[in-house]
Amino acid sequence: MSVRLTAYAQALGVSVAEEDAGPPTLVLEFRHDLEGRPGAWHGGAIAGLLETAGYAALTSELSAQGRDPLLKPINITVQYLSTGRTQASYARGRIVRLGRRNANLVVEAWQDDPAKPIASATMNILMAEPA
Amino acid sequence: MAQWLPKVRWAATTPVMDMFQGAFDAEVLSRWVLTRAHPGWLGLRYRDHGTDWVELELPWRADLVGDERRPVLASGPIVSLMDMAAGMSIWAANGEFRPVATLDLRVDYIRPARERASVCGRVTCYRRTRSAAFVRGTAHDGDLADPVAEVSGVFMTLDPARMR
Repeated sequence: MSVRLTAYAQALGVSVAEEDAGPPTLVLEFRHDLEGRPGAWHGGAIAGLLETAGYAALTSELSAQGRDPLLKPINITVQYLSTGRTQASYARGRIVRLGRRNANLVVEAWQDDPAKPIASATMNILMAEPA
Repeated sequence: MAQWLPKVRWAATTPVMDMFQGAFDAEVLSRWVLTRAHPGWLGLRYRDHGTDWVELELPWRADLVGDERRPVLASGPIVSLMDMAAGMSIWAANGEFRPVATLDLRVDYIRPARERASVCGRVTCYRRTRSAAFVRGTAHDGDLADPVAEVSGVFMTLDPARMR
């Protein structure tokens, strides 16, 4: 199943790096539009990548289950672990708990090494089944 | 003067260096920090500030929606808006420009913004220690008492001497 990215994610420049098995890995190449203080990623751009990867992980699993609910964000908590250098960043989400009405996910972003994340996020998402 | 500033490509004629000297003024500084890089790409605008708070605006933009079925700003750019307003509220509270880095930021989405509405973010720096700054704020689409989102976060003060 191919990942459907939101208009915001596309404007940001997010694309799918890998979606063979399990949650898709997303990638965002660095450019000046994503910079915060000179030489570092803006925290908001990293949060956007993390959130997009969280939604991609959830929609890919829901699609496998034949579900297509309306997704509404409840909250997101982002931890910034180290400075995002001026290079591509990757992100992948993992579903911790998938219920009927809500889902809990953790998402990590990294640059060179997935074992050394630059940021992580916890997300709660509400799922409203179409009437 | 923070040592990392000269790394930026300064226009020789820009009196930008003056913005970082003397008393901190969020409105004056925003002419520089909101017109470049990620905040510039989002089109963030300065609205107002006090001694420990700053309010910015994320203007409505059709290509920043999170769900093609509804013309409503996505949650992602709202995080950027609140992160930026938070950083500036710390500069306002410090009374000077000193680089900060986000450590932790939590956003609770109370309700979606109204269709085709701009979203404003007002963030207050309510506590500072030597190395950390604590912030909380509200995102709204016109009425501060009817919030779109509530945020809280912790930022770390960076030491310019260690930023090469």
